[in-house]
Amino acid sequence: MGLVTPELGTFIWMFLAFAIVLFILKKFAWKPILNALKEREESIEDALRSADRAKEEMAELQADNERILQEARKEREAMLKEAKEMSSKIVNEAKQKATQEADKLVESARANIESEKSAALNEIKAQVANLSVEIAEKVLRQQFADDQQQKDYFKKLMDEVKLN
Amino acid sequence: MKNIHRFLLIFFFIASAVPAFASDEHDQHAHHDTHKKEKFEPGNFIMDHIADAYDWHILSYKDKHVSVPLPVIVISEQSGFHMFMSSKFHHGHDAYKGFYIAQEGEFRGKVVEKIDGHEVRPFDISMTKNVVAMLISMIFLMWIFISVAKAYTRRKGQAPKGMQSLMEPLILFVRDEIAKPAIGEKKYEKYMPFLLTIFFFIWLNNLMGLVPLIPGGANVTGNITITMVLAVFTFIITTFSGNKNYWVHIFNTPGVPWWLKFPVPLMPLVELMGVFTKPFVLMVRLFANITAGHMIVLAFVSLIFIFGEISPMLGYGTSVISVLFVIFMDMLELLVALIQAYVFTLLSALYFGMATEEHH
Repeated sequence: MGLVTPELGTFIWMFLAFAIVLFILKKFAWKPILNALKEREESIEDALRSADRAKEEMAELQADNERILQEARKEREAMLKEAKEMSSKIVNEAKQKATQEADKLVESARANIESEKSAALNEIKAQVANLSVEIAEKVLRQQFADDQQQKDYFKKLMDEVKLN
Repeated sequence: MKNIHRFLLIFFFIASAVPAFASDEHDQHAHHDTHKKEKFEPGNFIMDHIADAYDWHILSYKDKHVSVPLPVIVISEQSGFHMFMSSKFHHGHDAYKGFYIAQEGEFRGKVVEKIDGHEVRPFDISMTKNVVAMLISMIFLMWIFISVAKAYTRRKGQAPKGMQSLMEPLILFVRDEIAKPAIGEKKYEKYMPFLLTIFFFIWLNNLMGLVPLIPGGANVTGNITITMVLAVFTFIITTFSGNKNYWVHIFNTPGVPWWLKFPVPLMPLVELMGVFTKPFVLMVRLFANITAGHMIVLAFVSLIFIFGEISPMLGYGTSVISVLFVIFMDMLELLVALIQAYVFTLLSALYFGMATEEHH
């Protein structure tokens, strides 16, 4: 029976010792240990989470880069196309303008030539008229230097009229 | 690690010095000790090894007993307070100041005194073998875990090292496998110090009980008083952390027909009994498991002496088989040491969990 009968003396020793040890261990061992463990776990969790976040950000960044590149490529293409169009337009316009200018030049040259020609012609006509008048005057002056000749010519003219 | 060696060295030095005195004193009395060869009694042999004692027995050779004397502190109704070393009893053969160790009867192995011709137990707060072993293990526990705690503050944010890395998985085991599932994520923290303390206290003492040499060899966790104190702590904590829901469950158990509660409060009585039987079972389970293990080991050892009395050769023959069985049992006991610490801690945690469970 001694084995299963609790002893008061042992009970008192054990109760006091256990209570004191529980208190001391709680204060100087379990609290710091558990806190340190918790802190470490939290820091590990934090680190993992931030690593995940970094990975996500990285992926996002990469996607962004890809998009930006795509856009740049598209833009470049558009710009090239535009430039080509512009250049061809400019060339066309220049061509057109050039032909127009050339046409205009030709036209004005032609007009000039025409007016020069007519002016020249007119001058020639006037010159010719003057010359012929002068020649005629000279001839007439020559022919009608003596009276006989005047009479002959007059006579001849008269004859011609009579014939008619 | 160096510290451990120093500690053990000092300890064994003290331990070996003290019994030397004890045995010297005994020698003087040996001659008027009319000792006839006693018949081997396995019952007494086992009981003496399992039960608490006033000295820490190391070995006996023929009539010489070598043991560490421990202080006896008694308060007698007649003669008041006494404190003396247990070596005064000369291993139970002599009386001192009217006190002696009862050799048989109700108080076998305990200090008693004769008052009016009756054997009476004085108020006995002696530092018995179990008390001293318990105190040693407590000091050991504090030393280990305070140094581990220091390592945590010193090596903040670093990976554990040495003793720290040995204890960390065990502490995490108690936290993650016992406290968290049994009590719940929200409330477990409050109970962690107690759970860790009983877990390591029980395990350490279970293991020390398996070591036959001083400072082991005391059957601390196989002592009903020790397990009773542990159970009382669990009971106190459970009762004080019981919330409204817990008490409602006991006194007005939901889901039970009303006629089981009124006019005869059958259910409340049963539930109230449960409040006390739970720690009682804790107490008995640990005590019985550890004591039984020790008993089996001692029984195998006893076999050697029983057969040895018949014929010495038979004794030698039996010893081979007995030792094999003892080795096997000790291996098993190593496992039991951990399992019982785990079970006690887990059940305590479950009771705390029940006490703090919210209504659902």
